[in-house]
Amino acid sequence: MASALINVPARARRGEIIELKTLISHPMESGHRRTHLGALIPRDIIRLFVCTYNGTEVFRAELHPAIAANPFIVFSTVATESGTIAFRWTGDNGFSVTESVAITVG
Amino acid sequence: MVALAVATSAFAGEIPRTERRSGYDFMSRETRAMQDDDSANPGLLWVLEGEALWNRKTGAASRSCADCHGDARASMKGVAARHPSFDAAQGRPLSLEQRINVCRVNQQKAPALAWESRDLLALTAYVARQSRGLPIDPAVDQRTQPFLDAGRATFHRRQGQLNLACSQCHDDNWGRRLAGNVIPQAHPTGYPLYRLEWQSLGSLQRRLRNCLVGIRSEPYDYGAPELVDLELFLMWRAHGMTFEAPAVRP
Repeated sequence: MASALINVPARARRGEIIELKTLISHPMESGHRRTHLGALIPRDIIRLFVCTYNGTEVFRAELHPAIAANPFIVFSTVATESGTIAFRWTGDNGFSVTESVAITVG
Repeated sequence: MVALAVATSAFAGEIPRTERRSGYDFMSRETRAMQDDDSANPGLLWVLEGEALWNRKTGAASRSCADCHGDARASMKGVAARHPSFDAAQGRPLSLEQRINVCRVNQQKAPALAWESRDLLALTAYVARQSRGLPIDPAVDQRTQPFLDAGRATFHRRQGQLNLACSQCHDDNWGRRLAGNVIPQAHPTGYPLYRLEWQSLGSLQRRLRNCLVGIRSEPYDYGAPELVDLELFLMWRAHGMTFEAPAVRP
């Protein structure tokens, strides 16, 4: 059950720098831990986070095993036009979550 | 209430009302900011899942929590702030997790959720969230008094290989350091809460069991009467303080 929290201003002025906050539910299992019986727990992490603004990529982050569970990613972009901002997380074991929010720029 | 006041004064080490502080006050600025911002507080992920579970039909009765309790924002307001509360059928106080499972088994005809399972934490977090900002107010009356006393006795009892009582750290030495960490006053103001150390949400009982392991004592099982009594005592000890669930702690 994957869920994500996204905080993007619903409206902004053209040219304004807006802050985008994302928080996603994910265990980020590093692949270095062992069970109490000594068996290696297989790696299960998010590998890539991409944000697109009306189809144009504005932010990308590669994630690695040392990143804590439930990654919180905050970044900024310039509000250029009204439309859709989409977020996509992909990772191990076919993990893939896409969320999008609408923004009005005027 | 007179009897309570007398019982309280029997322990010289207890923290005066005006000096009580939530674990929140001992945290770094960054961790406090994380708790305060709903888009940065990871506990909200569980709240979100809990809201979905609240409205989902389950069990042989094919009934959702919402079918009986309606909108949790109204019906569950203040509920977490007064748990553990007395259950007539079992003749003893139940923690919020136990109350949710009683409802699942009796009303929804569904199997009880395991302690610390994602679903139980999510439902608990969603219910607890509805009490955010309200004062902690566990009902203490003649029926719960013996359990409160038992919880108080556990809090003051030396145990484990280190031979420590909860009160020796949390009443007598709060504000000082245990290795690198500040010892808080042990007020359960924000459970279930997200601990950065756990990288997960966890219940108050998980925290209590951690502390018991820390003093090299054998922890009570989840749901054990001793832990529920201790929860009741801690909530009573924190009565009037603001409920913060889901909180964030280091």
